[in-house]
Amino acid sequence: MVRLIARRLVLGVITIMLVSGVIFAGLELLPGDACTAYLGQAAQGKRLDNCRQDFGLKRPPMTRYVEWIGGAVRGDFGISPKGKKPVSETVSNRFRNTIILGATASLLGIPLAILLGIIAALWRDRAPDLWVSATAIFAMTIPEFVTATVLILIFSVWLGWLPGIVVTQPDAPLLEFLSDIILPIIALALIMTAHILRMVRTSVIDVMASDYVQMAQLKGVPYWQRVFRHVLPNALLPTINLVALMIAWLLSGTVVIEVVFNYPGLGRLMIQAIFFRDLVTVQAIALILAALYIGLNLFADLLTFVANPRLRTMRSRQP
Amino acid sequence: MTTTNIKHVQKKSALARPLAVLLAVASRPSGLVGLILVTFHLLLAVVSPAITPYDFKEMSPQLTLVGPSFEHWFGTDNLGRDVFTRTMLGGRQALLVTTIGTVFAITWGGLLGVLLGLVGGRLDELLMRLVDAFLCLPWILVLLLIVVIVGFGPSVMILTLGFFFGVPVIRMARAATHDVVALDFVTAARARGESRSTIVGRELLPNVLDVLLVEGAMRWSWMLLTFSSLSFLGFGVAPPTPDWGLMISNARGYISIAWWAALAPIVALSSLIIGINMFSDALAKALGIDRAQKAPV
Repeated sequence: MVRLIARRLVLGVITIMLVSGVIFAGLELLPGDACTAYLGQAAQGKRLDNCRQDFGLKRPPMTRYVEWIGGAVRGDFGISPKGKKPVSETVSNRFRNTIILGATASLLGIPLAILLGIIAALWRDRAPDLWVSATAIFAMTIPEFVTATVLILIFSVWLGWLPGIVVTQPDAPLLEFLSDIILPIIALALIMTAHILRMVRTSVIDVMASDYVQMAQLKGVPYWQRVFRHVLPNALLPTINLVALMIAWLLSGTVVIEVVFNYPGLGRLMIQAIFFRDLVTVQAIALILAALYIGLNLFADLLTFVANPRLRTMRSRQP
Repeated sequence: MTTTNIKHVQKKSALARPLAVLLAVASRPSGLVGLILVTFHLLLAVVSPAITPYDFKEMSPQLTLVGPSFEHWFGTDNLGRDVFTRTMLGGRQALLVTTIGTVFAITWGGLLGVLLGLVGGRLDELLMRLVDAFLCLPWILVLLLIVVIVGFGPSVMILTLGFFFGVPVIRMARAATHDVVALDFVTAARARGESRSTIVGRELLPNVLDVLLVEGAMRWSWMLLTFSSLSFLGFGVAPPTPDWGLMISNARGYISIAWWAALAPIVALSSLIIGINMFSDALAKALGIDRAQKAPV
């Protein structure tokens, strides 16, 4: 068990190292570097040379990679050539905002998704299921930015209930965000719910059709007892992993939603940085997002190991 | 996993089967709606340059953000351009890129997957690990990094999306091949001493084709979704070319004054994506392929 967890941890670290290497190499291949971005038109001859000397860009890539990774571990991502500010300063507020958005949406979306998924599965092919499933498929097929824009249209433009675009400064205290953040959270939670409830529904339906549930039925176990004691524990366990995977996958959706709502999070910062060719910031955010993603996956795996005794024994028996 | 129907080779004209499949798709209500929507959008993409009432880049400063009227059915945008015209044209680039991109993705991913399914061994193992690693990264991160490095124009976009969406196809095609590769007729072909390319081309591909077709139809809608998202973020189409994603992105800025400029491309894009989804669902059922609805990528 401990060895298993240790192995997963090591694997996670190796993956992050690999991804960071790919990110670094990819941006290294780009024409231009931090100095050409910083100096803009004046990037010629002596000044370019001096700047490269100052930023330490003349050393071999391998040295700079090691230095970059070393700094990143300590939370230092270098200095952005655009604002001449440390990247970590800009990033940390945005990171907080993205986490708030993601965490609140998950707290709302996951319980709702599980509830709706179970309802859809138990009333399969009848009115509740048809409504829930149809809405879910609709929300899944439409691109995130369209869903979000439609929400703005309805709740902000036509009904005038909520602000459609965030104008609060990135470093504002939490309370000021409250009214701004509602619509982005609803948008993200909606998409999240749609994806997760489909998986919960499938899982519950599968378990309902399994032999031991039929056996329980033949034994005369009442319906609701069957549902709560036999079906749900076994149906929901495997979804833990899927849910975490889904959340990690939804990181992409978060980027889009942040842009739609002008929300000052990591995703929008990355898009801006790409536009301005601010590679130092792009590198930092790409690494953070990848680490977040891998971390969530790892967390899901560990949670499944802990929650599912069957999996534990099964896996540890293998050498 | 996917079950593959082994079909007996019939001596019929080459068109008979596609026609029969299309009829089977159209016999379902959802399939018919999907077919109509997709055909409508494809036709529109072809004929729209000839029938638009205005020039898509013609600006009229005195007519900015005008609401829907008889002259401008869907109103005008912030530069006074006719939204109806731009909406009609807005799917062309997306359809062009995603259609060719899907064919490219299915072709290379399908061929490689079938080959790996047939050959197996070390190479297969190694490549599948790479595929797994590739698939467990957030798509937007990967695509944005690629776009940052290679840029975006229609042809680059076709290659990028075609490559990106071909990777998961490898896995599907490989699994579908595994269902077939142990069957007697493949063994017979091997015993006859047929070459690998003959086995792939004459024995495996015809039997995996249905899976690939359904896969392609679904990937098409996801690719369209991805393309529009990238275009919305500003990495798909260069202005002033009209594109739905870009139009929605622009209209967002003045949505409280002129909602029509956002609604028109939203309806157009949504109807196409829903149409493709309905079509591909019906296609899967018509071909007898049971594919659980999965998350994109």
